[in-house]
Amino acid sequence: MAESPSNPARRRFLTGAASAVGAVGVGFAAVPFLSSFNPSAKAEAAGAPVDVNIGKLSPGQMTTVSYRGKPIYVVHRTDRMLESLADVEDDLADPESSVVTQQPDFAVNPFRAREENERFLVLVGLCTHLGCAPTYRPEVAPDDLGEDWKGGFFCPCHGSKFDMSGRVYRGVPAPTNLEVPEYVYVSEDIIKVGATAEESA
Amino acid sequence: MIKDLGKWVDDRLPVSRFWNAHLAKYYVPHNFNFWYFFGSLLLVVFVLQIVTGIWLTMSYKPSAEDAFTSVEYIMRDVEWGWLLRYLHSTGASFFFIAVYLHIFRGMMYGSYKKPRELVWIFGVLILLVLMAEAFMGYLLPWGQMSYWGAQVIISLFSSVPVIGPDLALWIRGDYVVSDATLNRFFALHVIALPLVLLFLIGGHIMALHEVGSNNPDGIDIKEKKDNRGKPVDGIPFHPYYTVKDLFALGVFMFLFAIVVFYWPEGGGLFLEHPNFIPADPLQTPEHIAPVWYFAPHYAILRAVPDKFLGVVAMVVAILILFVLPWLDRNRTRSIRYRSTAFKVNLFLFAAAFVGLGYLGTQPATGLATLAAQTLSAVYFGFFIALYFISRRERTKPVPERLT
Repeated sequence: MAESPSNPARRRFLTGAASAVGAVGVGFAAVPFLSSFNPSAKAEAAGAPVDVNIGKLSPGQMTTVSYRGKPIYVVHRTDRMLESLADVEDDLADPESSVVTQQPDFAVNPFRAREENERFLVLVGLCTHLGCAPTYRPEVAPDDLGEDWKGGFFCPCHGSKFDMSGRVYRGVPAPTNLEVPEYVYVSEDIIKVGATAEESA
Repeated sequence: MIKDLGKWVDDRLPVSRFWNAHLAKYYVPHNFNFWYFFGSLLLVVFVLQIVTGIWLTMSYKPSAEDAFTSVEYIMRDVEWGWLLRYLHSTGASFFFIAVYLHIFRGMMYGSYKKPRELVWIFGVLILLVLMAEAFMGYLLPWGQMSYWGAQVIISLFSSVPVIGPDLALWIRGDYVVSDATLNRFFALHVIALPLVLLFLIGGHIMALHEVGSNNPDGIDIKEKKDNRGKPVDGIPFHPYYTVKDLFALGVFMFLFAIVVFYWPEGGGLFLEHPNFIPADPLQTPEHIAPVWYFAPHYAILRAVPDKFLGVVAMVVAILILFVLPWLDRNRTRSIRYRSTAFKVNLFLFAAAFVGLGYLGTQPATGLATLAAQTLSAVYFGFFIALYFISRRERTKPVPERLT
């Protein structure tokens, strides 16, 4: 500056105060820009529950539906598959389904399903590692998965393995069991995925 | 007449001052070798990507509904559309080939050392933004690999403690990769990141021209000047290096054209085969592999058994480059005058990078994972070893003039 101001302390204070207020203003102005990245009202509304008809799903078969854009696996398990659940428990990372975010309360059991319909498994078909869709591998001891394979889900991306209840094996990249979504039976043959018992009551 | 017009403009805009400062009177060492071509080549590829990109946006539709078909429309129905698209997709791969060689040049000749630390930092920032740019561009064709690649990479952010899931949701703008994600990636890919790149490249070059170029001998040419104040070992960038670089550009473009016309998919490395199938949110392809230029980092990610730590390792693998100028405590710049330990270390690093690149494109079987873990250790080991090697390194005497 050519000439020093008559009252430098006051100038410094005013400059500082103006800068601080300006910075707060910039902060507020950034909110709409950052918030616009959040899911839009339309994307949030698209989460309407979907119905799955399981009447024609024969034992051993799996069907996939889309809920909120995510694949939902519905599997009709056979007796053999249900028996395998107890056999593999020693090799699982979380056989008790103790991570609360991965299933609704009703699915905290070895079947990870509603107890009255334990044959039908409903899962979000996205690996808890990095979100690939695991493949359904119901066969026992196939060549690529080894002799100990009792059937379950295998993620082709990074090799995570899950049992016939979507429980994760130890020593694979996926940290938690596959997610069980909220769902209810609206009739004997129809499952409503994305609905809770209170909502449909 | 023309001369008068030139003077009229020059009196009002510093055109000739700029020309002289950065080209005609910008003195550079006379001993540049093969490794010094890549800077100017990168500038040309950048312009090529901008131009072909602008033309592609004229026919591309950024929506989940239309994206895949609009790319096929460009390939089949738009006149010369296939060429524009292949130039752009091949350009992306060549961008990274040149960037990686350019970075390796800097590491060999110590171009990151004082006084060029800021040039280096600008360079690493360019690398980071370029990676984001390439990643977002790869989603746009909306093929299977676009979709699931984006799904996997965005899921990486969900492993951040506490805020992770919300962060991934914020990036996607939906509960899965969807139309909203595609649309915003398009905006970032064609407007935001290219602008950022332009500024960073400007900063990179301005910082370089402030301190002057390094050279294969790592000797400061500014220390020996003639009586007119010109470096005795320096020659003006224009016309000497503009002509030399033009020749290199000819060779580069020759190779580039071979790929564009005869090998545009690069055997599945430049354009992956599953990407010719439209995105299906319900089914993942059998084998997910990143494009080759992300493969080394992807291999590091997979090598770590823990999800969050894997992400940390991958991010650190890039960010550690920022501190390279301070990890290397030796003041001798060029590899020519450094110890055998340094040479072996740098060679192992380059070999590990290439090896990780190969492993990143392969399925993660037991043996491959073990190899990736070993090579990741070598990759990070380079930086640790460098810190200790450079402390009391026995270097050869550096000559006073260029050799």
